[in-house]
Amino acid sequence: MKELSLFTGCLIPNRYPGIEKATGLVLDRLGVKWSYLKEAACCPAPGIYRSFDKITWLTLASRNLALAEEKDTDILTICNGCFSSLMDSNNILKNDEGLRSEVNTHLQKIGKEYNGTIEVRHIIEFLHTDIGVQKLGDAVEKPLDIRAAVHYGCHLLKPTRERKLGSAECPVFFDELVEATGATSVPYEGKTSCCGAGGGVRSAMLETSFKMTEYKLDRMIKAGVDCIVDACPFCHLQYDAGQMKLKRNGKNYEIPVLHFSQLLGLALGFTTEEMGLHLNEIVNLKFEEKIAQIQKRLLLNNFQGKIVLKNKPRSGVEPD
Amino acid sequence: MKNPEILTCFQCGTCHASCPSGKYTSLNIRKIVRDSATKDVSDQPELWMCTTCYNCQERCPRGIKITDAVLTLRSEAVKKGKILPAHRKVCNFLIKTGQSIPLDDKHLEIRKTLGLRTDKAAWKKALKDVNVLLRSTGFGELIKR
Ligand code: SF4
Ligand code: SF4
Repeated sequence: MKELSLFTGCLIPNRYPGIEKATGLVLDRLGVKWSYLKEAACCPAPGIYRSFDKITWLTLASRNLALAEEKDTDILTICNGCFSSLMDSNNILKNDEGLRSEVNTHLQKIGKEYNGTIEVRHIIEFLHTDIGVQKLGDAVEKPLDIRAAVHYGCHLLKPTRERKLGSAECPVFFDELVEATGATSVPYEGKTSCCGAGGGVRSAMLETSFKMTEYKLDRMIKAGVDCIVDACPFCHLQYDAGQMKLKRNGKNYEIPVLHFSQLLGLALGFTTEEMGLHLNEIVNLKFEEKIAQIQKRLLLNNFQGKIVLKNKPRSGVEPD
Repeated sequence: MKNPEILTCFQCGTCHASCPSGKYTSLNIRKIVRDSATKDVSDQPELWMCTTCYNCQERCPRGIKITDAVLTLRSEAVKKGKILPAHRKVCNFLIKTGQSIPLDDKHLEIRKTLGLRTDKAAWKKALKDVNVLLRSTGFGELIKR
């Protein structure tokens, strides 16, 4: 496998930099070789640019891909939107000679060329496939005794024909990672349903998008969870900012929202502050206190990821 | 829209029943897909209510690539100048900054506190390249329509 170039996208560095910080720290701790994809621009966001003009979408994506090709690294994404744009473009361009040469005539003007020599990864499937649940569990120092609502996010899994990560109705790989941290992945109704943010709906129809968020939050609360764990800053924003919005409508959820990098960091012993939890809009001090208490406990005798093996991951999908 | 796939639709409604947006909006994906085969739907606001979650596409018993069809219908609408103001704004962010969600002062300060990169030279280079490419593909013209 090639080394990895971290592609941070727009939303993480510019609105949730705590996720970027957490990702760097956990990758270093796990001994993963990575560096920034320095001159990267917007992936570009699939919801808008892919809807607007396919060639522009492919061309901007191919520039990012070409930057990684120049470094001879694969791309590691930490956002479902970036993953979707970059992976789909890469697949399309690898398989369509006509589009490839069209995109290259544009790229030529900035002295770049797309050749189709690298792969695009998402941190969740990367950790699951290349590090593995067992090794991740072994690295855990502070098994997190908490209940988590796992939210995969649509574009991590779908379209399944392209993603090739298994079923989108009953996925388990992300739950397995979450349970490797010692947390329990709590089943809840509508688990695979959309957070409401995608497709440009959040930017153009905020109120509508929050109705879908409320649907999800209601069911998470009903299942009794301590936190939400996501794999995408767009879902992250939707749940975090969405709760603030719904608070004004009289609904007080107070569910802390964590990107998986942040959850994993806590289990590796980093503090809630080091993982940037205080940079969310929803800051739940009770949750942070609970984590601090867990982290203070003496290391369980020879904790070797046993929690992983004990619990069977639950996909917890019920019809929505 | 010319898409022979759509003609295989037998109106079962699985797509609409699976649609998270259709629960709360006037989007009826079964209907919009059917209508697109025979008439111009580029004026329908429902086109922009889809979150592109792919539920409908995944579950369609005929294997119709419904979400992909929505994307094509949207790009046809955009060619006719039908762009929502909020989306035009995001496009302009891209043209001005190279990013769809630009860095503001508040978050620049947070980045510095966290010791994260603030690599202005690299961002400038990215912006320059993006604009050459956007001019080359005619995107600037497209969103001015
Ligand atoms: S699920 Fe497929 S076949 Fe059924 S109504 Fe929708 S598009 Fe038609
Ligand atoms: S992709 Fe769009 S139309 Fe299809 S189910 Fe999701 S929101 Fe509804």
